[in-house]
Amino acid sequence: MNIVVLVKQVPDSGAERALRADSDTVDRESATNVINEMDEYAIEEALRVREAHGGEVTVLTMGPEQAGEAIRKALSMGPDKAVHVVDDALRGSDALTTSRVLAAALGTLKPDLVLCGAESTDGRMQVMAQMLAERLGIAALTGARKLTVDGSSLTVERQTEDGYEVVTATTAAVVSVWDTINEPRYPSFKGIMAAKKKPVTTLSPADLGIAPAEVGPAGAATAVVAHAKRPPRQSGTKVSDEGDGGVKLVDFLVSEKFV
Amino acid sequence: MVVEQAGGEVKKVTLEVLTLARQFGSPAAVVLGRPGTAAALLDKLAEYGAAKVYVAESDDLEAYLVAPKAAVMASLVREVGPAAVLFGSTQEGKEIAGRLAVKLDSGLLTDVTAVAEDGTATQPVFAGSAIVTAKVTRGVPLVAVRPNSLTPVPAPAEATVSPVPVVVDESAKLARVVERVAEPKGARPELTEASIVVSGGRGVASAANFAVVEELADLLGGAVGASRAAVDSGFYPHQFQVGQTGKTVSPQLYVALGISGAIQHRAGMQTSKVIAAVNKDPEAPIFDLADFGVVGDLHRVVPQAAEEIRNRS
Repeated sequence: MNIVVLVKQVPDSGAERALRADSDTVDRESATNVINEMDEYAIEEALRVREAHGGEVTVLTMGPEQAGEAIRKALSMGPDKAVHVVDDALRGSDALTTSRVLAAALGTLKPDLVLCGAESTDGRMQVMAQMLAERLGIAALTGARKLTVDGSSLTVERQTEDGYEVVTATTAAVVSVWDTINEPRYPSFKGIMAAKKKPVTTLSPADLGIAPAEVGPAGAATAVVAHAKRPPRQSGTKVSDEGDGGVKLVDFLVSEKFV
Repeated sequence: MVVEQAGGEVKKVTLEVLTLARQFGSPAAVVLGRPGTAAALLDKLAEYGAAKVYVAESDDLEAYLVAPKAAVMASLVREVGPAAVLFGSTQEGKEIAGRLAVKLDSGLLTDVTAVAEDGTATQPVFAGSAIVTAKVTRGVPLVAVRPNSLTPVPAPAEATVSPVPVVVDESAKLARVVERVAEPKGARPELTEASIVVSGGRGVASAANFAVVEELADLLGGAVGASRAAVDSGFYPHQFQVGQTGKTVSPQLYVALGISGAIQHRAGMQTSKVIAAVNKDPEAPIFDLADFGVVGDLHRVVPQAAEEIRNRS
């Protein structure tokens, strides 16, 4: 099975993150950048499908030069190769444009199965799987907590607000995963060494038949008008429990009219 | 705007979106579901100001994931030419909107908490640590509104019902739903829609102890949430997880019990209106956010609070 995993490099959500003062785009230079956490689960799932059914796993990333670090990290977990779509013009692309570029790259890779995280920790839009499926004319099985592959048949269990659903599709398909699906492996030393030699192909939008003016802010269908840091919350009253902590909590809730 | 319903009732986020839409004119609501879905929803939609209700009903809309709904929306939008299309910023709302954005080559903004008169939208980003204002610059603006961003206000209208033909081609029938399993959720409100959320963290210390969290939630009429640490420890199911890899909530009151307040958790609750916390560590970062904090053992403080609420009511 020809599997492609989408990997996005994002600012570490465990650290302070910011937008750039000069350009309304994510500050990726001064941030600590990591693989989007949910994508690690997608990589793990791809490796498990490969282990059970054979085939090849390709990592696909769109992002600046430095996203190469995320690609090496991803490869160290075990995928076979990577494609990096990189170009300065891509900075500031919105989801719609990103889906166009990724769909074009997927068009050259012709995967049976595309795996990705259900959302990125920076944008958190949860739309990429559906956008790609729409562009490629293939199925999207979103928010998987379990994936079963049987020949060309895919079955996914997905959490919903009221319970869960079982959904099926035939390859080719995009499957997005939550962090409930598996436990990603840590890269082994051998894996880290091997990753250095794995092939990484770089592509520009032009290589995919997309002009620079069609990506980045120029090609976006949305624009950030302004951004500001949210004023930090003021911490309020803090009391120590002297045997009446519960009563004091209720006093507060009453004063705020919640009780 | 797209109507979301669950169990034959209009979802609260839909009423919020209707309330928002009324700022800009008389909104039309779109019901997408199996035959017979709309009948139970019309009164509520009219009560909240839907001037028109487009009704698209077909088994095809329920038998597959969102693609058929997006297909119906695309043809409706092309026919009617609305000023904008609004959705609830829920998983389904965003997924329909994502497909629609591609079909219509239109800009999509998600997690919007307010829309100004000129159409610019406010979005909290990075765990609510920054606020972005953004606009759609191409196509029909597609705007997904985060639940609990505003209070739904009734404004009765005569909802004219207009049936919409459902034509779904095979390309939208690729992701088939073969089974839907409802898990009993009891009488508690849905987590992202609840006005009050009471969450437990690692400090709750066991699955059995979550009864303490549930008791307080029930006394306050709230939903129960859990931190990632509590979920990873197996204390509470994943669908109740609040934070970076779980749900984002923005209730009137958020009560954090035994939650330290790691940045990943704050990502999911930082925009709550009022925050109260109980934690035995006086240095826990949750206290930096809390309007009211109790430094103490939640296993003593919370049962006492529950008893006190019972006594006062």
